[in-house]
Amino acid sequence: MIPAAFFLVLGAVIFVIGVIGVLVRREAIVIFMCIEMMLSAVGITLVAASCYLHSFDGVLFLFFAMTVAAAEAAVGLAIFVLLYRTRKTVRADEINLLRW
Amino acid sequence: MGSSFEWVVFTVSAIGAVLAGVMVILRRNPIHSAMFLVLNFFFVAVIYLLLRNQFIAIVQVMVYAGAIMMLIVFTIMLISVEESRRSSPLKLTPVRVFGIVLSFLFLIELCGGLFLEMLPGRRGEFTPEKVASIGHVKTVGGLLMSRFIFPFELVSLVLLIGIIGAVILVKKER
Repeated sequence: MIPAAFFLVLGAVIFVIGVIGVLVRREAIVIFMCIEMMLSAVGITLVAASCYLHSFDGVLFLFFAMTVAAAEAAVGLAIFVLLYRTRKTVRADEINLLRW
Repeated sequence: MGSSFEWVVFTVSAIGAVLAGVMVILRRNPIHSAMFLVLNFFFVAVIYLLLRNQFIAIVQVMVYAGAIMMLIVFTIMLISVEESRRSSPLKLTPVRVFGIVLSFLFLIELCGGLFLEMLPGRRGEFTPEKVASIGHVKTVGGLLMSRFIFPFELVSLVLLIGIIGAVILVKKER
């Protein structure tokens, strides 16, 4: 087996790419995609840990996280459609309804 | 140390996943970003196969690369056709540079914490030989139906609420 450190570092690198995407991009949908990328990067870490520790807890935790991510995607994208319908934009710096 | 085949597969899919992730940020057209994200998810699924988790690899392809990305692509087509045209090129303002620097500090911190103490948890009962004798998917299914039955049922409720919420949110008011 490949040493566990490689998988964990790969998960960290993909996670940080997602963080940079959230910080740099302005389109809400691209930010959402970067969040999905961060979720799957955490998945690599969980599966690697549970593989090398001979346990299944991480795998099942990731399974539940995936179902929650699917529900989150449905609701989040519905919110984007609603935002676009009422405000004609989905750019994160133009959605300032809650700012005072 | 793994076999050379494992190393080749790991190197290719790791570099591919990272490059696809970078392209998600760099491409200005959201559709291109979505396609590179699908590529990223496929490479991550290969990584799961290297970790001998067939079940999670298949679920990754079906749920992430299939269902969630289909939703995202449909939403992009619904709302941002003329949106992508007026998106300005990615400018590196001082705030963004500061954010990127902070993210790299975060990466260094993650790797530092990783090498400070390597997987300090207790070993579980599922050795690779035991999992291979039962079968991986069968092990996952058995655990879902016995020890994790309560969260398994709860998650179905979460999915139901997600469906209802999405339908109610996008419903046109009469």
